[in-house]
Amino acid sequence: MSYKKENIDIAWCPGCGNYPIRDMLDSALGELSIDRKNFVMVSGIGQAAKSPQYMDVHYFNCLHGRALPPATAIKAANPSLTVVVESGDGDMYGEGGNHFIHTIRRNPNITVIVHDNMIYGLTKGQASPTTMKSMVTPVQVNGVFNEPFNPLAVAISLDCSFVARANAGDKEETKEMFKRAIAHQGFALVDVFQACVSFNKVNTFKWYKDNTYYLEGHDTSDRIAAFRRSLETERLPLGVFYQHEKPVFEAELSCYRTDKRPLFQRTATAERIDAILDGYRGG
Amino acid sequence: MNFTDDISIVLAGEAGQGIASIEKIVVSLVKNAHMHIFATKEYMSRVRGGVNSTSIRIASERVSAYTQRIDILIPLTGETTTHLAKRISKRTVIIGEKNDRYPGIIDVPFSDIAREAGNSLYANTVAAGMCAGLLSIDESILERTIRASFHGKDEHVVSANVAAGAKGYAAGRELSKTIRISIKPDSSVADDIILSGTDAIAVGAVAGGCNFVSAYPMTPSSGVLTALAGLSKTNDIIVEQIEDEVGALNMVLGAWYAGARAMTTTSGGGFALMTEAVSLAGMIESPAVILVSQRPGPATGLPTRTEQGDLDLVLHAGHGEFPRIILAPGDTAEAYELSRTAFDLADRYQVPVFILSDQYLVDTYYNIPKPDTARTPSSCVLRTDSSYRRFALTKSGISPRGIPGYGEGIVRVDSDEHDEDGRITEDLDVRNDTVQKRLSKFKAMKKDELPAVLIGPKKHSTLIVGWGSTKEMVREALTGIDDGKTAYLHCPQIFPFPVTAKRIIDAAKKFVVIEGNATGQFASLIHRETGRRADDAVLKYNGLPFSVEEVMASIQRVTKKRGKR
Repeated sequence: MSYKKENIDIAWCPGCGNYPIRDMLDSALGELSIDRKNFVMVSGIGQAAKSPQYMDVHYFNCLHGRALPPATAIKAANPSLTVVVESGDGDMYGEGGNHFIHTIRRNPNITVIVHDNMIYGLTKGQASPTTMKSMVTPVQVNGVFNEPFNPLAVAISLDCSFVARANAGDKEETKEMFKRAIAHQGFALVDVFQACVSFNKVNTFKWYKDNTYYLEGHDTSDRIAAFRRSLETERLPLGVFYQHEKPVFEAELSCYRTDKRPLFQRTATAERIDAILDGYRGG
Repeated sequence: MNFTDDISIVLAGEAGQGIASIEKIVVSLVKNAHMHIFATKEYMSRVRGGVNSTSIRIASERVSAYTQRIDILIPLTGETTTHLAKRISKRTVIIGEKNDRYPGIIDVPFSDIAREAGNSLYANTVAAGMCAGLLSIDESILERTIRASFHGKDEHVVSANVAAGAKGYAAGRELSKTIRISIKPDSSVADDIILSGTDAIAVGAVAGGCNFVSAYPMTPSSGVLTALAGLSKTNDIIVEQIEDEVGALNMVLGAWYAGARAMTTTSGGGFALMTEAVSLAGMIESPAVILVSQRPGPATGLPTRTEQGDLDLVLHAGHGEFPRIILAPGDTAEAYELSRTAFDLADRYQVPVFILSDQYLVDTYYNIPKPDTARTPSSCVLRTDSSYRRFALTKSGISPRGIPGYGEGIVRVDSDEHDEDGRITEDLDVRNDTVQKRLSKFKAMKKDELPAVLIGPKKHSTLIVGWGSTKEMVREALTGIDDGKTAYLHCPQIFPFPVTAKRIIDAAKKFVVIEGNATGQFASLIHRETGRRADDAVLKYNGLPFSVEEVMASIQRVTKKRGKR
């Protein structure tokens, strides 16, 4: 069974890293036997955020940077849905940076896959929050001098319950990381290195191959070690950095303490409203 | 001094001095004595100091409007007369602790009396007791009210307050020999409820099936957020205080997508951040309920004051063209009803629905008959089949709304222009169809139009037109003037502009708008919708609500001038 939409016109460049990410997500969903009827993808805006278009699933493609608030709400309104957010580095870490921070704090049980190609693709080659220093772009004409955003370090500092980094070039490892992230109970971040073949001539497939390595013998429950590894820049580690299960947002909501039904199956009754209004009799 | 059937008592003092505690006891007291009660407050944007005041009206018949007149002023410590100078007249009786600032004050040493009763901290209870004595309310009602107000406190605190109240009561009885107040009890008050605009909007939302609230606190909207949080545990409501207003409305849209009935609460400045999501609601045809509780802008403006200055903002917020509904309650009962209705309208037409309120309305309360609760929410969510298309073209423009996880269909929504399946499209013929589809809902929405309400004679020489919380002041002013030739048109639904309002305005000899803003925003909307310019405008924008007296003077002024027709 495939979750992909076949025979469609795809807006990605030939050779784009988005294709293998789509394939790996498709495989991961299949191997986890995710029920399509209860699976929702949420995305923002950008080339990565078009991913749901090319899948045959429920989706909510919202505004630039805003995927996380609706994704949180979707999961909260109906906790039986599996929710995966897919967006790019500009969308998630730039425009949506505030939501990124606070949704990690909120810890809904959703998976967030960020296509991190260190560049803006759809708007044609400006720097993204993760663009490396000194890269010259049509806007950053003197070279980037802002400190690159480190999503893993930020997430670990917020005690994000699952933090991983993958490389779109490594199919098997990435698929396994997706599976672990989706199966994880809590906010799961997978930052995926991915080449932009049109606008990033520095961070190519080969560059990622040459400048990354997989974590070995790393204790994923050790937050300090995870943080230290996330700060490495010489060669960039891949794999699961940190995993820490804790109560998820939906489980904390009082409406689900005794009644597990999603909100759409409930309704306000006249008796309830009467009782509330009688409380305002005063005196 | 005699006060018959209607008295205005004002409590004034610094923030944090306990005006609210006196107010609470007095309001309960009056309700228990079956007299009609009205209260509203004006306050500064600070936690301590300054001057805040609460205006309380007690009457033999229903009262629901703010009057400028002060019959009795009870100043707590601090200088309050400068702040209230325009409201104090020669007839105003000032009662309180002797103070050089108030030469004519009738000395009632609240603190000393409280100390005799056990603790000078109970001065506020002494003041409340004095009010009971002045109003000739039975002393047993005072004791019962004080006991209820301090319910849950240590018995020695309760009994000391009862003693303080009794001493205040004796002082009030003594004063009533010279200050004679005659208010007739009305047994119908017993069954009434006392609802502020805040409570009315919150409970109305629950009655409309609201089960999801995402908001960022902002005065004067936060009360509704707090009230809904208070109701959340017993009514299965998810209430989330989110990181910013940008996220708040986007979250609301996600919630509706997954089957919740969601709202956000904010004021002008917060709403400014929500405008992109209003546009998203337009594109994905999502229901949304948005409370905008107005305060004066621009920018931070006067955070705790009132204005009707954000109609233009709400009317035009969001890029692109799409339908919306704007409701503006004129009183607390209407606030309940419109808040309830907003959810059904949003659900039925899949459009954002605004409740446009203001600080005056949310901070005002009075006794009203309990609203009818027979109408429970009706959800339009459909169980999908495998052929489901979220944006199926229909004659009405309304596509049946499915949600993920309910039925066999796949539900896709997209902020990009999309086809009937919700997939991105750049087919420009499809674009034409979808634009027309979305806009055709304007026609469908006419069916549920909330009619404009005419107060006063059907045949009138002057028609005053207004919206929102100004209504009750105009109503009382018209009753006071009683000239038989001036009427008021109130529009609970501002947009789409109601056909009923257009007809009445078209036929008016002279029409005058009254609005709490400086530029006549509703007048502009009426001009756009009817082609008719207002003959005159009564505008106020200093941060305070219109008073009955001001409206009376304005009506007398504008009715004297000749109309253009």
